[in-house]
Amino acid sequence: MQYLPNIIFAILLTVAIGYFAKNVKKLIRNIKLGQDVDVSNNKKERFKNMAMIALGQSKMVKRPIAGILHIIVYVGFIIINIEVLEIIIDGLFGTHRAFSGIGPIYGVLIGIFEILAFLVFVAVVIFWIRRNVMKLSRFWKSEMTTWPKNDGNFILYFEMVLMTLFLVMNATDVSFQNMNNGNVISQFIAPLFSGMPESTLHIIERAAWWLHIAGILIFLNYLYFSKHLHIILAFPNTYYGSLKPKGAFNNLESVTKEVKMMMDPNADPFAAPPEGAEAAMPAKFGASDVQDLNWVQLLSAYTCTECGRCTSACPANLTGKKLSPRKIMMDTRDRLEEVGKNIDANNGEFKDDGKQLLGDYITNEELWACTTCNACVEECPVSINPLSIILEMRRYLVMEQSAAPVELNNMMTNIENNGAPWPYNQMDRLNWKDE
Amino acid sequence: MTVKTMAEFMAEGKQPEILFWVGSAGSYDDRAKKITKAFVKILNKANVDFAVLGTEESNTGDVAKRAGNEFLFQMQALMNIEVLNAYEVKKIVTCDPHSYNCLKNEYPSLGGNYNVLHHTQFIQQLIKEGRLTLQGNLYKGKRITFHDPCYLGRANNEFDAPRQVLKNTNAEIIEMKRHKQTALCCGAGGAQMFKEPEKGDKDINVLRTEDALETKPNIIATGCPYCNTMMTDGVKAKEKEAEISVLDIAELIANSEEL
Ligand code: SF4
Ligand code: SF4
Repeated sequence: MQYLPNIIFAILLTVAIGYFAKNVKKLIRNIKLGQDVDVSNNKKERFKNMAMIALGQSKMVKRPIAGILHIIVYVGFIIINIEVLEIIIDGLFGTHRAFSGIGPIYGVLIGIFEILAFLVFVAVVIFWIRRNVMKLSRFWKSEMTTWPKNDGNFILYFEMVLMTLFLVMNATDVSFQNMNNGNVISQFIAPLFSGMPESTLHIIERAAWWLHIAGILIFLNYLYFSKHLHIILAFPNTYYGSLKPKGAFNNLESVTKEVKMMMDPNADPFAAPPEGAEAAMPAKFGASDVQDLNWVQLLSAYTCTECGRCTSACPANLTGKKLSPRKIMMDTRDRLEEVGKNIDANNGEFKDDGKQLLGDYITNEELWACTTCNACVEECPVSINPLSIILEMRRYLVMEQSAAPVELNNMMTNIENNGAPWPYNQMDRLNWKDE
Repeated sequence: MTVKTMAEFMAEGKQPEILFWVGSAGSYDDRAKKITKAFVKILNKANVDFAVLGTEESNTGDVAKRAGNEFLFQMQALMNIEVLNAYEVKKIVTCDPHSYNCLKNEYPSLGGNYNVLHHTQFIQQLIKEGRLTLQGNLYKGKRITFHDPCYLGRANNEFDAPRQVLKNTNAEIIEMKRHKQTALCCGAGGAQMFKEPEKGDKDINVLRTEDALETKPNIIATGCPYCNTMMTDGVKAKEKEAEISVLDIAELIANSEEL
């Protein structure tokens, strides 16, 4: 019986990590549903971007208040996790504060943890106020109802509870308080429990300990269902983010082949395509569903933190248009999850469900409202490019469905016929010189 | 005003220093043609040996690409590249940030490799090299605010050249709240110029004009023919056209130097 807590702990840990691993596998499978894209170049620059943007949070501080608060939570989160290592060791081997043997430095460490825990708590409360009391408009757009709204708050409650548990655990740890080294914050909480018998304190301390670690494990498994996945995926996403100037849109190679053939005066338009050419041709131009996007775009969809910085800078959204670049990312993730579930339910094979990203999630009206201004790309703290998805879907609309707005079709016909978007004669192109 | 075509240079067996890419707006749009001419005057003043393609120039395909028509874009691009490469063009300057971006970033992988500059970058070079000295005082004491074109600024990280050039007007340059990286689009990009806006509660150019009006400017400076149209319309919508003019940086320089 003596080992019961250790066994329960080991089981809890195994189940939690096992379930997490299962979801990570699913995540990777879903991301791999995307088209291939070559991102193997410039490893050095990519690492630098990851170090600056994900690790160094360089984009976050562009909005100083949210940026600094976020850094507190982020640093706190990472450092306090060193404490989790001790908790796991204690849990598995039945020790108590296994690291305390390292001497006075232990007190310094715990002291730092306590201060961070307190700061995280304060930062999270401010975050909550910004969302729910001050109602910052970017958290109250139409795509931020139901789950996305609750998700944002859940995480804040979670962190508040975890930090409280950590501090209460320390406050009720009699031997730790007696040591009086490192209880920087918890010494002020300890008086709340004064007068209680030591056995009660011990029960509270144990309860806080168990709830704390259980909370962390639940949190770990909550990630997959939440915008909080960004704490992991921000790293690969900033690594794979585009290195080109923002204005450079990709040129479709499949189109180049066709155009070159069309323009080649020696090509026989009626010749049978060479062997294998059929297979090499893409099934379609542009994207109407998640599988047509590339895997970096799908990774981005899972990375999106739903912070809405993109949307709050989007000229279309600011002027009341339906388009919201954040919604583009959220829709992509939702549809990808739906496709993933479909695959799970059908023994690893996607069965047509009569739905797609275009139309069922993202409307033409949203796509045609974009000015391709790159404000969303500039704003995103984790290197997401919503514009690239908008462009792929426009390509599908125009090249597969000829579904551009009439005015745009006229404009394109003009370019085709006279090399200008207006119906002017090509031969008049230099007339300005003599006017 | 002297303007020679690439074909004329070729006939003389000469190569110009730069090719001036006029662009569709700069060639046909009445307002944009004034910007084209202002820039030519500056080139003439600095004795720059330049050529235009004239009737051999065709739309870059930029707007078709952004509308989603990759076919049309690549057809235009390959056609233009054929002409440019046949003339062995090395350096291109244009007053249109959309052409600038497209030629600079999207032509190379299709076989068109050129050194491409926005006109404000080229003017800045001319000043630095001492080929162009500016001393006009026409705008001294005036308040000018500069609207960053998306395809020069955010898209290509050029925020400095237009501001440096503007300083030479001796005017007071006042920044809008949203400027440089956070500048708001004028509303013309992504083929919006050629269609009605989607349903909303305001036009983007009006919102951007409000940004500009906050700085109490005498002049709104632009660096793109489409921005120019959008801001001009915005100023009209706000009934301020009597007090505030919208001018391209090339025009401001040409006016200030009385070219
Ligand atoms: S690129 Fe499109 S979606 Fe992004 S901010 Fe500009 S208008 Fe909005
Ligand atoms: S795309 Fe980027 S900026 Fe937009 S909501 Fe997601 S994380 Fe935030």
